[in-house]
Amino acid sequence: MANIKFSRKIFEKEVGKLDEKMQNRIAMFGTTLESFNDKEMELEINPDRPDIISYQGFKRSFLAFLGEKTGLKKYKINKPEKNYKVIIDSSVKNIRPYTACAIVKGLRFNDEKIKELVEIQEKLHFTIGRKRKKLAIGIYPLEKIKLPITFKALEPDKIKFIPLESEKEMSGLQILQRHPAGRDYAHLLAGKEKFPIFTDADNNILSMPPIINSQLTGKITEKTKDVFIECSGFDFEILKKCLNIIVTSLADMGGNIYQMELKYKRKQITPDLTPEKAKISLENTNKLLGLNLKEKELKQLIKKMGHDYNKSFVEIPAWRTDILHEVDLIEDVAIAYGYENFVPEIPEIATIGQEDTKEIIKRKLSDIFTGLDMLEVSNYHLTIKKDQFTKMGVQEKQEKNFVELEESKTNYTILRKDIVHYLLKVFSENIDSEYPQAIFETGKVFVLENEILEKENLAAAIAPGNFTQAKQVLEYLFRMIDIKISLKEPKECPLHFIEGRVAEIILKNKSIGFIGEVHPKILKNWKIKMPVALFEINLEEVFEALKE
Amino acid sequence: MEIKKLIESLSPNEVKILPHLEENNIIEICKKSNLDKVSVLRSLEYLQNKKIVRLSSEKKKIVEIGVNGALYRKKGLPERRLLNLLDEKRIVEFKEAQKESNLSDDEFKVSIGVLKKKAMIELKNRKIIFSANKEEMSKKTLEESFIELLPLEYDVLSPEQLYALKSLQSRKDIIQIREEKTINIEITDLGKKIIDSKIKTQNLIEQITPEILKKDSQWKGKKFRRYDITSSVPAISGGKRHFVNQAIDYGRKIWTEMGFKEMTGNFVQSSFWNFDALFTAQDHPVREIHDTFFINKKVELPDKKIVEAVKKSHEKGITGSKGWRYDWDKEEAKRLVLRTHTTCLSAQTLSKLKPKDLPAKFFAIGANFRNETIDWNHGFELLQTEGIVVDPNANFRHLLGYLKQFAKKMGFEKIRFRPAYFPYTEPSVEGDVWNEERKEWVEYIAAGIFRPEVTEPLLGKPIPVLAWGPGFGRMIMNLFDVKDIRELNKNDLTKLRKMKFLMK
Repeated sequence: MANIKFSRKIFEKEVGKLDEKMQNRIAMFGTTLESFNDKEMELEINPDRPDIISYQGFKRSFLAFLGEKTGLKKYKINKPEKNYKVIIDSSVKNIRPYTACAIVKGLRFNDEKIKELVEIQEKLHFTIGRKRKKLAIGIYPLEKIKLPITFKALEPDKIKFIPLESEKEMSGLQILQRHPAGRDYAHLLAGKEKFPIFTDADNNILSMPPIINSQLTGKITEKTKDVFIECSGFDFEILKKCLNIIVTSLADMGGNIYQMELKYKRKQITPDLTPEKAKISLENTNKLLGLNLKEKELKQLIKKMGHDYNKSFVEIPAWRTDILHEVDLIEDVAIAYGYENFVPEIPEIATIGQEDTKEIIKRKLSDIFTGLDMLEVSNYHLTIKKDQFTKMGVQEKQEKNFVELEESKTNYTILRKDIVHYLLKVFSENIDSEYPQAIFETGKVFVLENEILEKENLAAAIAPGNFTQAKQVLEYLFRMIDIKISLKEPKECPLHFIEGRVAEIILKNKSIGFIGEVHPKILKNWKIKMPVALFEINLEEVFEALKE
Repeated sequence: MEIKKLIESLSPNEVKILPHLEENNIIEICKKSNLDKVSVLRSLEYLQNKKIVRLSSEKKKIVEIGVNGALYRKKGLPERRLLNLLDEKRIVEFKEAQKESNLSDDEFKVSIGVLKKKAMIELKNRKIIFSANKEEMSKKTLEESFIELLPLEYDVLSPEQLYALKSLQSRKDIIQIREEKTINIEITDLGKKIIDSKIKTQNLIEQITPEILKKDSQWKGKKFRRYDITSSVPAISGGKRHFVNQAIDYGRKIWTEMGFKEMTGNFVQSSFWNFDALFTAQDHPVREIHDTFFINKKVELPDKKIVEAVKKSHEKGITGSKGWRYDWDKEEAKRLVLRTHTTCLSAQTLSKLKPKDLPAKFFAIGANFRNETIDWNHGFELLQTEGIVVDPNANFRHLLGYLKQFAKKMGFEKIRFRPAYFPYTEPSVEGDVWNEERKEWVEYIAAGIFRPEVTEPLLGKPIPVLAWGPGFGRMIMNLFDVKDIRELNKNDLTKLRKMKFLMK
């Protein structure tokens, strides 16, 4: 989500006093007033509305919502003047195929407005630009450029210019390796044989999108009056919308919009502010919202969201990017109607509530344990490799059948294979807590075989505890759920147990788990000073047996 | 209480010390009653509860002789020993003086310092010259007199003694100051009456034992010692469900009461179910490795018909939708993730529904995962619950109705709705509940109606699906007054034993 900050004074002058009522209107418009003081206010804007992530864009939409300037806002667009052209060379086709461009003249920049322009650019990069992956924007002082402009792609070593924030001429590759912006965004050009560039009529390089502009044309300053704007990327429709968002904000700052001729194979003219037309049905609207609106009301509501309405058709501003379907317009109607004005209603439909059977069984099993004065614990499903293996006496390198996560931000990098190692961890973190400690947990464990198996397990541990005590708990549990189990000497002793004091738990000829006394060397690994006996069983067979 | 009853309530130990209370000295009472100090103090405590005595305690600072001090009291202070040597030799070299006086380095240094200060010696050319007169030699120094008199009470020290204390305190282990608590026992009028009355306790029954119960004569006609029912007993604790699971069961109860059926499913899911089926474009930031846990493994996609429908929904859109307009990649959809929301279960449920099953309501409750670091406010494992209503006649007002009812069940009377944005719902709503303590609206529940781009590929036609989910972890923290999200998986047994039951 993007936040925008702007002057409270200007807001109060141009929109209205920021009293409680106004704060409520801001919330009901779908924006969140994050914070405000005497000077500034900060709004959180939802990511589906890049057209309002500038003060100008927000003001335009919000004034319509308040009912002050409803309907589609019209902007004057000037036809391309001589040489207002961008030649798109076929070399960009497989590199960065599209650009949409415009010129805005007669701007009067001050610090505040330059800051706003930089912020719009950054926020569009971040949101619809997907961190410049999808599109990048360049804004240049027009006086330093000789029109027409060419958009082409060259081999990186043939590209040589002084990038912004640098004093030295660099090649395309050098920029990616040495320039801060180059390093940040190098992955976006990685593997490309040619890099895209904008050049002017004197063959000066203006920029290398999506990385950096050239020092030659430089940044917008207070002296800048006219600007050239380009958006480049992979989806011409999005580029046009992005351009529209920028030029309308600049027009709201007092600029005049000029179109440019884009020389693709087929000529294109941008920006184009012709509204998009989409159908909205009064019936669908009323059905989805549970309202009983008349067409006249629908029209008023549509206009409050900055659209125009004409006989079932909505004229959508050319800067809105979020209208994919009629439901998006219906939501706009709902917002204009006011969420606070809907009367909540519960339809009378009879359905029967039902818990998952396995969850019921797990709860019953837990009740049996608590009846034995045992405490239930709740551990993460992710775990630390060292806890799962090394501390349990297993060499990490020998293990293969576990599930590893990619690039975890913590040292919890794998899914747990069993619960018992976590129960020992609980003991090890509670050596100062009163004994005896008797704990249990039910939950998922994960094993990688041909595919990832997710199993429901149950484990219990007692400290100080011996085999007899653990067996008493195990047998009580199965007596209470009326399932017969038997214990058998295992062929191979799991590494954390003492040989001769461990048994395999058998249900209907299937091994469902192990019970035993934990080996002192494992207790030492965990710094546990009490003898521990424990068991862990897989519940799938138990679920099956209980079904019968 | 009557005196008689009071007497019956006296424990054997209390009876034992009663005759000796006038001693007003714990040590003496111990001796005479033949009890240890802890028992005497506890009995005194009980007697006070019964208003037989009044106890008051006084703290005193006592100056005592230290380990070295005790030694010096016998052998003389180091400076005296050095002085005696000098008295004999008058002028001595440093090294020789230390050797002959048999002092440690520290003792020697201190002695030189002290004597110089008292002007009893002079130092010249690495030699010590004796300069005290006879009178000075014969008199005890303040320090010497002081250590002979120890122990002394700090509060009554004279200025000279304070001076000596200060100078000795800076030296190692000569003196030490101890705080002493003395207990003053005052016998109340009631106490006096009880002591004066003849106490017969031999017939009182203490603990009832199986032996006593064997023969009627053991207890018939006898008195039972009265207990002090207000005195404290050691705390015990019992077995208990983990508080998170108590809350989850409570959540389950609320959903089932409202007629919802539980959905469960795997934590490891394909990107298809977790993202694609929910119309989350493949370049959406949430699908990046920084936000979501990926597992380096792929899985086969479900039924081809659904996959094709989802693909179309993304690329071109369903009827009436523009879609996201990009080339949808089947391979990307096969990548495994740890589910980021239980909504993937809703998507799977929708894909299996048949027209005859409608209307239907479902809920899910459980863990979800985000690739996050851990602090008091963040974690990689999050609890979530959510419900969906699949009903051809459902509308936005119904959604608000369900939300209101759900919030009410969860204990929130005041709820307000405002517009929000979620990628797979339209319209979307954020429900805020009123926090009376903070006097402000707090974000509580996210909700919306699934987009037709989601429902049409899964259900075959765009039937409205109402969906909502509150932040469950946050709710548990409120229910149990937990401030740090890490507490949910900390398993501090001492805390778990003390944790209150959820009485809901």
